[in-house]
Amino acid sequence: MAALHFHNVTLGYDRHPAVHHLNGEVARGALVAVIGPNGAGKSTLLRGIVGILKPLDGSIHLGGLDARDIAYLPQSAEIDRSFPISVFDFVGTGLWRDAGLFGGIGKAARDKILRAIASVGLNGFENRPIGTLSGGQMQRVLFARVLLQDASLIVLDEPFNAIDSKTTADLLALVKHWHGEGRTVLAALHDMEMVRNHFSETLVLARGPVAWGATAEVLTPENLMVAMRMCEAFDDTAAACAADDISSRAA
Amino acid sequence: MVYDALIGPFTEFEFMRRALAAVIALSLAGAPIGVFLMLRRMSLVGDAMAHAILPGAAVGFLLSGLNLFAMTAGGLIAGFAVAILAGVVARSTGLKEDASLATFYLASLALGVTIVSIKGTNIDLLHVLFGNILAMDDQTLLVVAFNATVTLLVLAVIYRPLVIESVDPLFLRTVSRAGGPAHLAFLALVVINLVNGFQALGTLLAVGLMILPAGIARFWSRDLTAMICIAVVAAAVSGYAGLVLSFQTRVPSGPAIILVATVLYVVSVLFGRVGGIVRQLFPGRHLEA
Repeated sequence: MAALHFHNVTLGYDRHPAVHHLNGEVARGALVAVIGPNGAGKSTLLRGIVGILKPLDGSIHLGGLDARDIAYLPQSAEIDRSFPISVFDFVGTGLWRDAGLFGGIGKAARDKILRAIASVGLNGFENRPIGTLSGGQMQRVLFARVLLQDASLIVLDEPFNAIDSKTTADLLALVKHWHGEGRTVLAALHDMEMVRNHFSETLVLARGPVAWGATAEVLTPENLMVAMRMCEAFDDTAAACAADDISSRAA
Repeated sequence: MVYDALIGPFTEFEFMRRALAAVIALSLAGAPIGVFLMLRRMSLVGDAMAHAILPGAAVGFLLSGLNLFAMTAGGLIAGFAVAILAGVVARSTGLKEDASLATFYLASLALGVTIVSIKGTNIDLLHVLFGNILAMDDQTLLVVAFNATVTLLVLAVIYRPLVIESVDPLFLRTVSRAGGPAHLAFLALVVINLVNGFQALGTLLAVGLMILPAGIARFWSRDLTAMICIAVVAAAVSGYAGLVLSFQTRVPSGPAIILVATVLYVVSVLFGRVGGIVRQLFPGRHLEA
């Protein structure tokens, strides 16, 4: 059974599509890289999957998963690191599904949080405010929170940006561990070598799907060239999309 | 001598005891709200909301004269209306909340001044703008205490989503729908506390006992819980010292309280442990690790 099913999905902002007419399925347990140039719609697609952004058209089905079975790692630029919160408390927010508004954080939960922090190599950082961490350390903290969420679908938005090779290797090992456990993982990435070597499936985006399938078949110079030629700018004079009419008639 | 100056006014005069009880209630509830306003970069939003409650208070005044219940009810209605309209417009259009609020509060302020100037006198306007904590009766004190209690209870309910929404709003939206309601409830608490402060400090200074203690706390701690505690203590100390200053020098009580808080703020800017100027100029020898 598919973990994700895209049916003619269009996602965007103010009626302008950032991802146009995406169809396809992500199998349960798949490890999928989403690649494309800046502005290709990678983050938009991931936001659509986790429910932050509603599709302008079409639909995304979660294959029987509850929305809370999804763990999302946002780009670190989205986080206000000046807020006075410790590593422990920040990682602990990953227990929202269990704790909710009022649930206590007992000894078992505290141990879980400490184990998650230790798993990403941040022993001793528990009481540090997140504002004092380096970029790589913050990324490890975000991975610790995903770990704690214990979700069957994991969505990572550019998880290896601007971090050193050691941190990248450690966190990539964690991603592969999750894949090994049968979890479905989608990651927006820029590093083609990493995608080629570690991700079995790839979706090439350029404001619409360019190619989607086995990485070895999809990651060709031709497909990458098509993606690179993508026009980033929205066209304010664009007419309503005719393809939507065709698809709605077909449906 | 010291007893006469610092404690005597409160043992001798009932109105001073009521005023002290009121500033402590205001501090307990308003200071934590101020900390969140500051951390959510909404300090000026609080100031704008303080102006937004004016027309409601003015309508209450027109209907019932200087009846604080009527003015409080009017202020709450006007404040909620502006907060909710601004919040709904911001969330449904993508317009930044400060821009949305600026539009509504300016309209509200213009309406309030118009209403007061048509029907009231300059003295009425001064009372609305600057309040008078020394004229607080038992019933008003009970309203202030009730509002403070409600604030603390609601803040306890929305504390978690409020913290997560402040630091990582996208994450909260993936795990819960509590972010929107928590934000609106928070705006409601801002209004309640402004109306509370409005009795004591007037519409112009009501936000002072929320924001200044929060600013003070920022210079002494990097921990949220500690910041809230420091802000509450700073607000209560400012309230107490401001009342004493007002009693001894006949300076109006509201401005006296805010001026004391300002002095504490300046001291914090200079000597604060976290980012204080002196600490930056003389950081001490660096550590080994």
